[in-house]
Amino acid sequence: MTEDEDFTTDVAVIGAGPVGLFAVFECGMLKMRCHLIDALPAIGGQCTALYPEKPIYDIPAAPELSAAELVDRLHRQIAPFAPQFHLDQQVVALQRAGDTWELVTSRGIRIRARAVIVAAGAGAFGPNRPPLADIEDYEGRCVHYLVTERARFRGQRLVIAGGGDSAVDWAIALADEAAEVHLVHRRERFRAAPESVDRLHQLVAEGRIQLVIPYQLAGLEGDGTRLSGVLVKTLDGDQRRIPADHLLAFFGLATRLGPINDWGLGARNGVVPVEPATCATSAPGVFAVGDIAGYPHKLKLILTGFAEAAHAAHAAFAFVYPDRALHFEYSTSTGVPGRESA
Amino acid sequence: MPIIHVTTVEGEALELQADSGRSVMEVVKANDLPMLAACGGALACATCHVIVDPDWYDRLQPPSEDEEDLLDTAHGLTSTSRLGCQILMREELDGIRVCLTPMD
Ligand SMILES: Cc1cc2nc3c(=O)[nH]c(=O)nc-3n(C[C@H](O)[C@H](O)[C@H](O)COP(=O)(O)OP(=O)(O)OC[C@H]3O[C@@H](n4cnc5c(N)ncnc54)[C@H](O)[C@@H]3O)c2cc1C
Repeated sequence: MTEDEDFTTDVAVIGAGPVGLFAVFECGMLKMRCHLIDALPAIGGQCTALYPEKPIYDIPAAPELSAAELVDRLHRQIAPFAPQFHLDQQVVALQRAGDTWELVTSRGIRIRARAVIVAAGAGAFGPNRPPLADIEDYEGRCVHYLVTERARFRGQRLVIAGGGDSAVDWAIALADEAAEVHLVHRRERFRAAPESVDRLHQLVAEGRIQLVIPYQLAGLEGDGTRLSGVLVKTLDGDQRRIPADHLLAFFGLATRLGPINDWGLGARNGVVPVEPATCATSAPGVFAVGDIAGYPHKLKLILTGFAEAAHAAHAAFAFVYPDRALHFEYSTSTGVPGRESA
Repeated sequence: MPIIHVTTVEGEALELQADSGRSVMEVVKANDLPMLAACGGALACATCHVIVDPDWYDRLQPPSEDEEDLLDTAHGLTSTSRLGCQILMREELDGIRVCLTPMD
């Protein structure tokens, strides 16, 4: 999937979590244009992916706010600056190109920017892939983390793994068209809607779904292209082979630091070290903010990240406008450029 | 101060000092050992999965249903798997042994 598009901008923000979003605001107030890239198809980072409905109580001047509402408000706050979003794609490379930085995404988009703000949280969100040998060889063809086309499973032998709503709901939904459905889970209890669990047990009683409990995935069997079986084992080491054409693994989302480790920023155990007053990394023009940025006594809080975004934007100004002095102003003096005053 | 014996994925054995009241995850992170702990202890992921020595496992408070739900999403589970953020250190746990699990 390549779109082969090239963009040039002032600041590229990697990660559209709450802190990346607010970095766009801070940059916008200093008249710096931003492009924002995230691996997830939606903005909001952890707030969207892990806890949209939970109330947050420690955002200054917002006594109680759900995580989803926080993201929505940030989205509205940055709208006047018309940032360009590139969602559902990971930044896979960050390299120097003359006097700018060049980012390449997993969809082949190239973005050149004078400054880069890394707001990557705990890494890029993606499917939580079971660590089975050679699993990448089968991904997309025989190993799936989401269902896009149900039709391809018609008449096929499926192994579905996981204990949550996705695993249970897809086992139920595909029980009709698939030739066989085996549902692998490590314990009796499913963490899914009670109605779905009831329906699951009904289909098991009718012999249309086979439960494989208490088992975990242990390996894949096939010729490297097509799957022929899935190996599962119990905690006591009892191993079984289930003949199968497809594995659907539903273990939720996981974050991967992946490429960030290779960008020469000194990333270690999920932390990019920065100079706290500017959020500058060891690479000139590259800043890190939010959960990924580390310094002594760092507090991983949204409010800390917001302040870091302000520091990083002010420090990035010198890279975007090398010939201009930064004149400090309050928002009450400048207003929000591009926003119609109320 | 209680001590935690930690074995890394590579098999290195370490002895960490743990203030009472801190979690195994916090102590491991404070010592800069490889552990993601992506959600920072909010009970929203399983990236602080540790394997507790069987001699110590039964001395811990049993896992909550929320912890069990998250353990469902961990890979390479054992019968003594726990989330490091849910093991709070106290004097009785002085000398506990845990193994770290792979990060990615
Ligand atoms: C259950 C829970 C409750 C919490 N409660 C609170 C609270 O009450 N108060 C509080 O202050 N904090 C709370 N937090 C912590 C808070 O959510 C984080 O501090 C905050 O989300 C960090 O924001 P961020 O923008 O730095 O990173 P994140 O929110 O982690 O976002 C980072 C984004 O970057 C993307 N990304 C990373 N690498 C790449 C790449 N290479 N290419 C493309 N995209 C990439 C990721 O996909 C992700 O969307 C809570 C966290 C959890 C899990």
